[in-house]
Amino acid sequence: MSTTITEDQIETLVIESLQTFGADPEQITREATFEALDIDSLDLAELSQIVHENYGVELKGSDVAEVKTVDDAIQLIASRL
Amino acid sequence: MEPVVVTGVGAVTPLGVGARTLYERWTAGVCGVRDGEAPCEEFDPSDFLSAKDARRADRFTQLALAASAEALADAGWESGGELPYAAERIGCVLGTGVGGIATLTGGQDTLRERGGEYVSPLAVPLMMSNAGAGAVSMRHDLRGPSYAVSSACASGAHAIGSGLRMLQSGEADAVVTGGSEAGLTPLARAAFSALDALSPSGISRPFDARRDGFVMGEGAGVLVLERADAAHARGARVLGTIRGYGASSDAHHLTAPREDGEGQAAAMSAALRDAGVAAEQIDYVNAHGTSTPLNDRAETHAIKLALGEHAKRIPVSSTKSAIGHLLGAAGAVEAVATLLALRDRIAPPTLGLSEPDEGLDLDYVPGSARPLARARNGAGAAHGADGTASEERAVLALSNSFGFGGHNAVLCLEAA
Repeated sequence: MSTTITEDQIETLVIESLQTFGADPEQITREATFEALDIDSLDLAELSQIVHENYGVELKGSDVAEVKTVDDAIQLIASRL
Repeated sequence: MEPVVVTGVGAVTPLGVGARTLYERWTAGVCGVRDGEAPCEEFDPSDFLSAKDARRADRFTQLALAASAEALADAGWESGGELPYAAERIGCVLGTGVGGIATLTGGQDTLRERGGEYVSPLAVPLMMSNAGAGAVSMRHDLRGPSYAVSSACASGAHAIGSGLRMLQSGEADAVVTGGSEAGLTPLARAAFSALDALSPSGISRPFDARRDGFVMGEGAGVLVLERADAAHARGARVLGTIRGYGASSDAHHLTAPREDGEGQAAAMSAALRDAGVAAEQIDYVNAHGTSTPLNDRAETHAIKLALGEHAKRIPVSSTKSAIGHLLGAAGAVEAVATLLALRDRIAPPTLGLSEPDEGLDLDYVPGSARPLARARNGAGAAHGADGTASEERAVLALSNSFGFGGHNAVLCLEAA
């Protein structure tokens, strides 16, 4: 399953999730920090749940705690597929 | 002890958004009950909350945030501006009966249908009963003591009483207090129906012979309390004074009040003592008046026990006739409505009341509002019979709230 998922698909999933959490769509770039997007630990817990639901990958709290930018999140997810 | 005054009020109710909207529509005879329930149809969370804040808040918290924003603005606390007191000296006490019940039942549905791993991480922070108080303190940077108070349908009044005590004890210089509830869910409907508490006819008509239960509503009411000297020093407009607060317990039954009304009367008497006023000084009683057969009879007994012969000389009416029963928000919303009515010297009506039940023989202000008669021998006249000015006496009301569990809370309010 994991071989068919592209980074673009992960990016789409992450960006859609961030928009759902209330982040300003115009500010969402791969370089944007979660702090700037007002994305906090509760949002990242939700994101982990969405990633698990879509890709079957479990992200631990300690993994997510290291994530600072949108790109960090995408890379972390891609590395676990 | 320095009096505690009300400098701002806010409300979201089945009669609309705004404390004055509630008061004006109720006194105009408008009823917010639709198809046997009383939702806040005019409330749109996006008017008050960003998309992010809205999804971080159960509806009961959204209602509390909206009512609080109105109350703080009404008190002249500039939104996002400097607070009139040190943030650490401003408390927040909000009542709720059940908190985020829609979040709770939604989480339960997810658990059952999809599994535990799909239950939202937002479930706990949204459903917890203190979520409203937490959100309001965060929104306005209130860093003094904040917590929730829960005593079923007396929660709102107990919260205001707790806020009053917080000020009187010196624990805070200002308190944002009230209550909120958003329980219009299938579970709450089924559960209250199972108790035969909900009105099968879907009509809220307190004290009427045909009353058959309460109509469930939702909403929030919030008041800003400050000490009088500090409020005057900052030039605040004062709406009224929380003169007293009394609370008691029936210690009798999980849901039924004592038939003789003694527990409720004890809370009313305690509120009078706390206020330092005699029963004869009360001009109006805002009844708990749920429209259930048991409450309205017991409460009528209680009012007579607490006020004696004076009970028959003053108007007694129920806000629930216009907005249904707001459960944990009821006491707060009713305190707001009572204070605004008292300021205008208006006795608001008990809507839908046309055939008072046998033995329910107080003046329930059936059908339409009327000017509030001054209760005591003309002593309240601004000018004496000889035309000389005399001190205008206080205009006072009691606001009753009683909850399942036998919790009784009564506020004594004075209009400015």
